Amino acid sequence: MNARSLYAVSSIAAVLALGACHKKVAPAPAPAPAPTQAAPAPPPPPPTTAAPTNTGADMASARDAARASLTAPIYFDLDSDALSDADRASLDAKVGILNASPGVKIRVAGHTDERGSDEYNLALGQRRAAAAKRYLTQHGVPDASIDIISYGEEHPAMDGHDEAAWSKNRRDEFEITAGADALKPAAQ
Amino acid sequence: MIALIRSDLLPARTPRLCFALAMALCLAPFMSRAQDTTHAVRIGLTYQPGTKPGVIVLAVRGAWGDSIQGIIARDLDYGDRVEVIGLPGTPAASSLEGIGPGVSYPLWKSLNAAAAVQATVTSSGVHVAVHDVTGRKIVQVADFPLPPTGGSTEWRLAVHGVADEVEQWITGTRGVAQTRILFVRGGRVYVVDSDGFGERLISDAGLSLSPAWAPDGHTISYSVLGSRGWSIVTKDVAGGAGHTLPSTTTGLNTTPAFSPNGLTLAYSHGDEAGTDLMLVDLAGGGPRRITVGHGSDNTSPEFSPNGRRIAFTSGRAGHPEVYIMDVDGSNVELLTPFNFGDQNYRSNPDWAPDAQHIAFESQIGGIFQIMVISLRDRSVKQLTSEGVNEDPAWAPDARHLVFTSSRTGVKQLFILDSESGRARQLTHAGGARLAAWSRSLGHGR
Repeated sequence: MNARSLYAVSSIAAVLALGACHKKVAPAPAPAPAPTQAAPAPPPPPPTTAAPTNTGADMASARDAARASLTAPIYFDLDSDALSDADRASLDAKVGILNASPGVKIRVAGHTDERGSDEYNLALGQRRAAAAKRYLTQHGVPDASIDIISYGEEHPAMDGHDEAAWSKNRRDEFEITAGADALKPAAQ
Repeated sequence: MIALIRSDLLPARTPRLCFALAMALCLAPFMSRAQDTTHAVRIGLTYQPGTKPGVIVLAVRGAWGDSIQGIIARDLDYGDRVEVIGLPGTPAASSLEGIGPGVSYPLWKSLNAAAAVQATVTSSGVHVAVHDVTGRKIVQVADFPLPPTGGSTEWRLAVHGVADEVEQWITGTRGVAQTRILFVRGGRVYVVDSDGFGERLISDAGLSLSPAWAPDGHTISYSVLGSRGWSIVTKDVAGGAGHTLPSTTTGLNTTPAFSPNGLTLAYSHGDEAGTDLMLVDLAGGGPRRITVGHGSDNTSPEFSPNGRRIAFTSGRAGHPEVYIMDVDGSNVELLTPFNFGDQNYRSNPDWAPDAQHIAFESQIGGIFQIMVISLRDRSVKQLTSEGVNEDPAWAPDARHLVFTSSRTGVKQLFILDSESGRARQLTHAGGARLAAWSRSLGHGR
């Protein structure tokens, strides 16, 4: 991907992110995205200090922030793969980082809480992982940059048998599988 | 064979049991295997109608005699069709110990026994005679070969076969002791004998779930988590390398189920557009998708005994329910009705070998319990209430079920007699779930 097309993709992603569009968007990066309606401003991407004059320490710190943002989990309601507003905001931030960091690949892992059938929960986790990937690719992240996997209820984030644990276990986790060194903050 | 069942011998639940027996005899090829070793017929015992016949298992002299007596007595007890009688005054724990080997019809009669099982160790195995206590005569005899390795796993399996045959003589229905159960512990697949002995690890490295038996009684299949997703593996339970099904190397591939003829495998395949059921010929060829889930989840297929229909779990109505359909994917039918807005759901069907019932798990107030639905009139019966109970799998007799229960605080396998409600714990260490019950394993392996 050359610099121009990269810029185009980033711009599209930025516009889409600003629009906080809940509609499904064609994955093809058209030259000019369809105008989006005004909508409440989404949370801005994580502030960064990235600038040409950054010191090495600043850059490392920015990379850590980008990594934290990219790998932040998103959470789901019971037996649902629907993305909440908070999920979308988190995914928008990931779109910015991924589009600024060509070469970075991620794996989305879908998880469920312990309730429900062990076997059905594998399919539910798959659906949750697919929902996040679909959102990311619809916002310009290349399909090949993301793979998905489901762990069902097999790997809870939090032990416990109450809603406090369950709500933390109904999640997608995001793992950087390639290009971690190339991680950059989202373009301003 | 069915005509030999005398109505005065059957307990109160006769009509249903009789029908189930008739269906089992017609439909389950392994049931007729009893005829291979002996001319098994129902022997004419006399006992109180509406009760289980009392049976004494006499002490057995000779090498491994105590073990033979103990295994037969416990198998008959676990079979739930007879009342195993011990000596009066013995503690409950030792009530299955044998009564002296001498023939004493008056003593047996005083203990309310209808039958006495007399086993004698021979050079090649064991000779078994069944006495009719009221008629004061031997009504059935047979010789059973046993492996020379007394106490070994295969020897125990052969003794279980003796017990199953004796149960057939006395009750008209073959026992299910000579069977094994696959399950998952700590993310690995294990096998255990029906009486809880002989547990051993089967699967290779990798988180493994949802084991299933092939009808040959030794090939198994399960799903394994690898670096690229979940794949389906087939393996011989006796050992050897596992084989990954070629169509399952990417994405989510889980819940394998063999067709009754062993030629086809059904499984669920998930990608970025939902999870659908697939069929693949084990001899080769590409998989065929048999559900159109439109992005919903379709999992846990189980064939009907004649192989023409499949029961499965689907989320197509917004939450999981059990459906049945033709094996080609047509004629899909919701099996488990629900109320709109119901937060509870139903899943994990298992088609009974009698073809007339499907067991499944149903949430009640969010807690799974084991249920059985009749395919005849769609009546539903709840079988459990203590703890969380899930993943039911039928025994070959279409009467007993193995399932996962949390009633002890840890998930373990329990076996339930769906007629009497009697339950026993099968596994004890380390937790266990996702059980699958083999066919009857007589003859050969």
